[in-house]
Amino acid sequence: MIELRNITKVYHLGEIDLPVLKGISLSIEDGEFVSLTGASGSGKSTLMNILGCLDHPSGGEYLLDGRDVAGLNADERARLRNARIGFVFQNFNLLPRTSAIENVMMPAYYRHPVQKTAQIRERALQLIRLVGLEERMHHTPAQLSGGQQQRVAIARSLINSPGILLADEPTGNLDSTTSVEVMNMFRDLNRQQGITVIIVTHDPKTAAFTDRAINMSDGLIMEGVSDELNATLRK
Amino acid sequence: MKFTTLFLTCLRGLVRNPMRAALTVLGIVIGIAAVVAIMEIGEGSKQQIADKFSNLGADVVNIFGASVSTGGVNSGMGGRASLYPSDAEAIMQECPSTVVSASPFVRASGQVIVGNTNWSPNSIKGGNEHYLDIEGWEVERGSAFTKKQVDEAARVCLIGKTIADKLYPGQEPIGQDIRIKDVAFTVIGVLAAKGADGMGNDQDDCLILPWTSIRMRLMGASGSATISKGGAANNTNKASSTSTYSTTGVNFYPGCDLEPYSSAPHPLRTRTVDSILVKIRSKESATPAMDEMTPVLRRQHKLEPGVLDDFEMRDRSQFIKMVTGTSETMSRLLIAVAMISLVVGGVGIMNIMMVSVTERTREIGLRMAVGARPRDIMQQFLLEAVLLCLAGGIIGIIAGRIASELVSRHNGWPVATSPMAMVLAVSVAAVIGIIFGWYPAFKASRLDPIDALHHE
Repeated sequence: MIELRNITKVYHLGEIDLPVLKGISLSIEDGEFVSLTGASGSGKSTLMNILGCLDHPSGGEYLLDGRDVAGLNADERARLRNARIGFVFQNFNLLPRTSAIENVMMPAYYRHPVQKTAQIRERALQLIRLVGLEERMHHTPAQLSGGQQQRVAIARSLINSPGILLADEPTGNLDSTTSVEVMNMFRDLNRQQGITVIIVTHDPKTAAFTDRAINMSDGLIMEGVSDELNATLRK
Repeated sequence: MKFTTLFLTCLRGLVRNPMRAALTVLGIVIGIAAVVAIMEIGEGSKQQIADKFSNLGADVVNIFGASVSTGGVNSGMGGRASLYPSDAEAIMQECPSTVVSASPFVRASGQVIVGNTNWSPNSIKGGNEHYLDIEGWEVERGSAFTKKQVDEAARVCLIGKTIADKLYPGQEPIGQDIRIKDVAFTVIGVLAAKGADGMGNDQDDCLILPWTSIRMRLMGASGSATISKGGAANNTNKASSTSTYSTTGVNFYPGCDLEPYSSAPHPLRTRTVDSILVKIRSKESATPAMDEMTPVLRRQHKLEPGVLDDFEMRDRSQFIKMVTGTSETMSRLLIAVAMISLVVGGVGIMNIMMVSVTERTREIGLRMAVGARPRDIMQQFLLEAVLLCLAGGIIGIIAGRIASELVSRHNGWPVATSPMAMVLAVSVAAVIGIIFGWYPAFKASRLDPIDALHHE
């Protein structure tokens, strides 16, 4: 359960204060499949960073599972991200010259308390199978196609069994066929495992896969546009 | 993060770019190799010098008379004729815990004649029955003189290898006569060769006699020597070859008298000895031995508290230390130079680590996003630097060993493996890794995950 109450974020650029988020209130239930849309500069990336506990807001409350996480320090946020949130990025961000399976295992090494390597490997294998890359688990990212790389990244995001998946433009670097594959994978994860999935995208076609759209403009949530989008989604 | 995982992560990080890793450690390899090679060569020459000097007697303490000022002219050490043969006996009896043996020591000089050849030996030395052992002499043929022969001031002598070669070419000297300053002696033994001493003097060009024989027979019991010259004590011997040898009863231990050591000439020289040689239990016990002997000698000399010692002691190991010290100073200097190359190597590590951090910014961002804490990132990069340096250290040790082996084969220099050098090299490498790896690792750990993720 994600609950944002009047979140603001201001960047200080020298003398000038640049407000990026101007009071966002939002709640996302467990198991929702949400898209966060908006033009570039609308503040959706900043909001996503705050949702992902990569950044802390300038003001407001962020309750993650009822716990206020706005005031956590860097170490505590790292622990929280590790245990609760899975990340998928537009450019995949896989470790170069490292096999797919090792890439999937990597976040588990930072797990607290420490897990046995054999146990981590076992889980990584399951996930590699889940994304259908069993044959290529020893390939390095350079030997994989974009869609395959993104599937490895999805497997990696699931290694610590997070409750929330945050995907930042996951289809941005993929062609339309693989985009559909990847989006279906997100939907399956949401439907079958009950994981909350939040997709940040500017592409309406991608947003159309989700159950709920949140549209942002100029640091605020545009309720009207969001409702319109939701209306089309329901059809 | 588990250490093994961290270790493997770092290893993988390094192996990902093997050429760079190799070039990065090159500086460390060269530095460590230089340190190891220099230390091994230095250790080798030190051991060689120590070997050469050990037959000089490292475990010997010399006791001299103190200096004396005569009319404003200071005699220097040994100028005061204050040591008596009885002092040597007292030391042996009263300091058994630190002293093995003690011998009076006197010197003489003069021409030595055998048949129609004559020779001026480098030295004519006298001691008691312990003297050969104290100075590390071996008797090659014949026998050493006994306590009885010392007590009787017997006319016997041992000759060094050089004397034997020069005066008895092709003959067996033992049992033959030899005239020393016109006094007839019998050769009872030939000493094993010792070679040159540290200063290049031929140690084998010498005769060793009972000290009593020198005092009583070569210099005359009545004592014509004086200390009035104020010069080095040994010179007095040369001036005192007037009489041949005494046939009257000899008072070997005249005891101490309290004659003032005035400027007036007096015949103390014949009753005193030039110095006393003391063999101590080990090189290391020189100081305790000297501490133990001092009160004995003060009592022997009946010195009141507050009166300065009328003798001085010198530990021979100090002399050996001085000579070995020279080579040690040299190798320390070279090690210091090699250390500079290690620092340069360390800067190289830092440089490449900085590049690596910049290049791997995205990786750092990703690791942070998925839950690595700043300290995890810090550990990873620090360990990478340390691993690089340790690998460099180990390769450097091997390269250094090879280099010193080559040097020893090629130049014939002595080389001794120095475990100390290896331990030092590895720890220096690790410390360099920590020092020069710290800043890049710190920089990496301070990165903002959001910026790092979007770094191009």
